[in-house]
Amino acid sequence: MAEKTTILNLTEEEFVHSGNRACTGCGLSIVYRIGLKALGKNSVLVVPPSCLTVLQGLYPVASTKLPCVNVTFASTAAAATGVRSAMMALGKDDVNVVAWAGDGGTSDIGIQALSGACERGDNIIYICYDNEAYMNTGVQRSGTTPQGVLTTTTPIKGKLQVKKDVPAIIAAHGIPYVATASAAFPLDFYDKVKKATTIHGPKYIHVHTPCPPGWGFDTRYTIKVGKLAVETGLFDLYEIENGSFSLSAPSQRLVGKKRPPVSDYFAAQGRFKSLDTDMVNTIQQQVDAKWAA
Amino acid sequence: MKPAVRTGNHYITGDVACAEGAIAAGCRFFGAYPITPATEVAEHMAERLPDVGGTFIQMEDEIAAMASILGAAWTGVKTMTATSGPGFSLMMENLGLGVCTETPCVIVNVQRTGPSTGLPTQTGQGDMMQARWGSHGDYELIAIAPSSPQDCFYHTILAFNLSEKYRVPVLVMADEIVGHMSEKVVIPDAREITLVSRPRPKGRKDRFRLYQPGPDGVAPMPAIGEGYNVHVTGLTHDERGYPVMTPEAQEEMMTRLKGKIRNNLDDIIRTEEYRMEDADIVIVSYGISVRTGLTAVDEARRLGYKVGLFRLITVWPFPEERIHAIAARVKGLITVEINLGQVHYEVERCAHGQAATYLVGDAGGKIIHPDKVVSLIQEVFQP
Repeated sequence: MAEKTTILNLTEEEFVHSGNRACTGCGLSIVYRIGLKALGKNSVLVVPPSCLTVLQGLYPVASTKLPCVNVTFASTAAAATGVRSAMMALGKDDVNVVAWAGDGGTSDIGIQALSGACERGDNIIYICYDNEAYMNTGVQRSGTTPQGVLTTTTPIKGKLQVKKDVPAIIAAHGIPYVATASAAFPLDFYDKVKKATTIHGPKYIHVHTPCPPGWGFDTRYTIKVGKLAVETGLFDLYEIENGSFSLSAPSQRLVGKKRPPVSDYFAAQGRFKSLDTDMVNTIQQQVDAKWAA
Repeated sequence: MKPAVRTGNHYITGDVACAEGAIAAGCRFFGAYPITPATEVAEHMAERLPDVGGTFIQMEDEIAAMASILGAAWTGVKTMTATSGPGFSLMMENLGLGVCTETPCVIVNVQRTGPSTGLPTQTGQGDMMQARWGSHGDYELIAIAPSSPQDCFYHTILAFNLSEKYRVPVLVMADEIVGHMSEKVVIPDAREITLVSRPRPKGRKDRFRLYQPGPDGVAPMPAIGEGYNVHVTGLTHDERGYPVMTPEAQEEMMTRLKGKIRNNLDDIIRTEEYRMEDADIVIVSYGISVRTGLTAVDEARRLGYKVGLFRLITVWPFPEERIHAIAARVKGLITVEINLGQVHYEVERCAHGQAATYLVGDAGGKIIHPDKVVSLIQEVFQP
């Protein structure tokens, strides 16, 4: 990969108009803007029902400057396969066909289509923005909601199950590129999307996007909360390129260092308030064991 | 454990009333997937079911939600799911499995405007023909249309009772307005609520036949694990439940599946009449549009027209004979529904040319104003 992108050499061209319908402090609005800069204008988006369809807005304030195909909830990757195949038939091999879906649309209802595209080796970029619940319908649990999180469908003890490790599932398909990223580290995300545009075959990027109303924190703390998820070792940033795993800089620099306790991350948000001390200790031990390995 | 029936006066939404009706009816398994405007049914079930020893599961999509309630029903519990347009579409294959395997269950569809994503937060009644014919093949089922949160409570209980009695999936075809509006809902004492449970097998387990019908055409239903031989399949099957790949077996199965509904229409069909005694113009409506019809009747009567309302509580099976009889004695039938003509064509079919038929429809997104109905009456009829 060429040198890292910095704020000084980031392209000034915008593909999202200012003034969209995202909530204040939305992590998705950050990665959407940065991600489209990395993709450039020679791109097509395929999007299922999600917060992104809300962010894109209603006429006359529609915000995206790229062609966008909105599809049914279960179909994102399959529809992207269709777009890609038709583009190839038309000889337009240089177009980035980009599926962009939420964690519900990816880890739950859409995983069959995504798995199919990965297994076939379809030449698409799939970006999952993970706000860790169904935020568009008012905060119901998803497959990637972490354990202990209160949602409207896990209202009593919080979610009982652990977060589904979607990047690992997709990596198990043996596709050429899998990466994780965070809205709190937008330039790292930019470089990963940019790299995905240069690789042939299925590419999967899983980006963590804090959500103030869904997670229960003040809108000014989106970056802070996103950074805490990485710095406490809960959400790791890495790439798996042709099977080769490497930690990305924000996670790499934690190796051998003392990390802030996971309780710092939990305390910063309302959604973890039903977690008891035992549970917090258990999660801390799991994170410590992961980082010791 | 808390009481299953929250006796008293409540001010709640139709979605919440549906959930309370289900729990009062004995529903103890609910599998669903969030979708506007039905999410509140799931959210309320998530809170309430643990109170009464039931299970709530948020499934990974609507295919799974519908499959989960079929699976759960075979363990002997009463089951329900709730969804809206796009989710209802995803449930269609499993709905057919439910019909074919005679699995009692209740599906609430809080209708929004389609096609496709449509107007997710706004009302519609465009899924009525999908409710009737959405799954492939030829079949009968039951669909009920509530007009208020109070109806949502009672009609969900009615849906369970009919579903259990006839071993058929029953659809509660609500809509966004009924689902989201809050009104007074009176929940009676538990002793005042009549509950029906599926017919249960008796006699020797080794001679049991899974689909051997009783006198009303409905076969007793065992639960998995009781010792009865249970082989459930969507393939054409005989009375034992085993696949038989012949046209004769298909005819026998279809005769039973359709017969248990068609031969019990008087027990299943529910309608209501308003100012019908001397009416020569009749508004036919269901669900939220009944409220348009009620006002239109009063308005038109003030203007000197003899108008009445015929309300379909059960839309499917369709009250063919009643509509036919009404058509024989009136000048016109006006169907009011929030689509551009679905039940209207059923009314036309059953009127059989005896009376003029009209549609007051809407593309969706709003309730139909009674003035639209009154205007039509003034246009085509003399007082």
